[in-house]
Amino acid sequence: MSSNSPTPQHYVAPVKNASVTVDAVRIDEKPSNLWLDAWRDLRRRPTFWVSLAFVAVLIFVAVFPWLLTQMNPIRDCNLAFSNQGPEAGSPLGFTRQGCDVWSRIVWGTRTSLIVGLLATLIGTLIGVIMGSLAAFYGGWLDSLLSRVGDIFFTIPYIIAAIVVMTVLSDYRSEFTLALAIGGFSWAGTARIVRAEVLRVKQSDYVMASIALGLSRFKTLVVHVLPNAMAPVIVVATIGLGSAIVAEATLSFLGVGLGFTTMSWGNEISQAQTTIRTAPMTLIYPSIALTLTVLAFITLGELLRDALDPKARAQR
Amino acid sequence: MGSYILRRVLQVIPVFFGATLLIYYMVFAMPGDPIAALFGDRAPNPALLEALRAQYHLDEPFVVQYFYYIVGVFQLDFGTSFSGQPVIDVLQRTFPVTLRLAVMAIVLSFLLAILIGLFSAIFKGKLFDQLSLIVSLVFVSVPVFVICFLAQYFFGVQLGWFSPTVGSDNGWLGLTLPAITLAVGIYATSMRLTRSSTIETLGQDWVRTAYSKGLSRRRVIPVHVLRNSLIPMVTDTATTFGILMVGATVTEGIFNVPGVGNTLYQAILRHEAPTVVSFVTVFVIAYVFVNLLVDLLYGLLDPRIRYVK
Repeated sequence: MSSNSPTPQHYVAPVKNASVTVDAVRIDEKPSNLWLDAWRDLRRRPTFWVSLAFVAVLIFVAVFPWLLTQMNPIRDCNLAFSNQGPEAGSPLGFTRQGCDVWSRIVWGTRTSLIVGLLATLIGTLIGVIMGSLAAFYGGWLDSLLSRVGDIFFTIPYIIAAIVVMTVLSDYRSEFTLALAIGGFSWAGTARIVRAEVLRVKQSDYVMASIALGLSRFKTLVVHVLPNAMAPVIVVATIGLGSAIVAEATLSFLGVGLGFTTMSWGNEISQAQTTIRTAPMTLIYPSIALTLTVLAFITLGELLRDALDPKARAQR
Repeated sequence: MGSYILRRVLQVIPVFFGATLLIYYMVFAMPGDPIAALFGDRAPNPALLEALRAQYHLDEPFVVQYFYYIVGVFQLDFGTSFSGQPVIDVLQRTFPVTLRLAVMAIVLSFLLAILIGLFSAIFKGKLFDQLSLIVSLVFVSVPVFVICFLAQYFFGVQLGWFSPTVGSDNGWLGLTLPAITLAVGIYATSMRLTRSSTIETLGQDWVRTAYSKGLSRRRVIPVHVLRNSLIPMVTDTATTFGILMVGATVTEGIFNVPGVGNTLYQAILRHEAPTVVSFVTVFVIAYVFVNLLVDLLYGLLDPRIRYVK
């Protein structure tokens, strides 16, 4: 190159002359993702800790009910105590059958949680499978599964579960009840999963995964589903509350669990005949039921707000 | 609009047949022989048994039975209730009461929901908003039968403001307490919807424009904000109808309101599967058509819906 060749021309102003400053990259900033952000939001909220503590207590009661009551809810029933008020060892009084109200509520916790959990698991599983297959494979499978989902969406699931349990009245158990509730409540989850998978499917990492030779099914399971789970967890938490309501409603209507099973719905149903003489036997299980549902729905709604940056900003 | 209506109506067809088929299949799969049950403990004459089977098409395959059933449904024949009355007659007798109850509950809950939702949105984050959110969360969580019993006990038994059961006194006034309990469930979801949709509207450019033109708050809020915020409420009507179906069944049962829901409630309590299924079919068909109506109305109100896809 000759010495008199023109020096390269700068058409862009040198950085030191420019009036704008380059944004500093903060290296020491904590790494962040959806779940970490959500956690940072949640841990500042007292309602989150209160409902979480309540759920923890519920789980403890469901696993170790005998630790919280000296009375046996079935064997210690004595008709001499029928509808009597509280006394030592029985803080909430007695039912019409002379059973200890507190111990029956404590033992009923297990039933409500088991049915609620099982029904939610069944409903979520069906919903995730139907929604993700429909969205990921598309085409005729999408049309078929979405139409099936529409059909199930049309029948309110408590109504459907009433029909199932009336038909299956000889086979009543926690499992059939959970199946009846979960088997008809999945359509909403499926719609949400479908929308979420459709969104995640567009991501570059999904294309990269397929380009690298991972099979489509493995891509769906390993890369797409984990990234589509946030709304599913929200819906499942709120759904757990609704499933507990459904169990109690069906038991209250006499098509849920048999009367020999202790459940809050059964307790309320049996206490309704004595609403004038012993209203508290009805009100205490109602309070237990309502607080439990409230805890799960509150948790679900806090999670939803925490996992959605837009909602977080709106508050 | 024409193609939107056509598309939406065509979508109803598979849902209608699918839902009725699903319910009908559950009855078909029911254990036990309904004809043998008719005779109780007596052993029926085999020839009579066959004749009855043929009369009720029970000797035909499932699909044919479903076909006869659906033809009946199109002729408004929903079967007979356990007491032997045609379901359609029972419906005609009980529907006016349920309609009265539902109208009262809907009007009450929507009025309150819109009013409180609007103020909640305006005072977002303030004490009023936080209180109204807590109340709505509790209302969402309380199962409908718990609300019924609490209302029955406190307002019926303790305070004596209302009669604890309705029975034959089912005029507008007599239905007040059941209507209030039914309204609780509807109120919570509608209030939250009004609130979130109003918050969204309040942030729109046209609202700022309206204010900057010098319009007063009294004009902007009702005319510009509320009207636009209410459109999403229309879609909520379908959800409301779903809550109403379950709610009316339980509420009418507990307060002994002689309506459609109570008939279903009594049938459930007595495990009369055929009656339960007949009424549930009517409910589901009604739900399908309410959904269709709501979607068409939504398409009419919001042009964006019509042009999607």
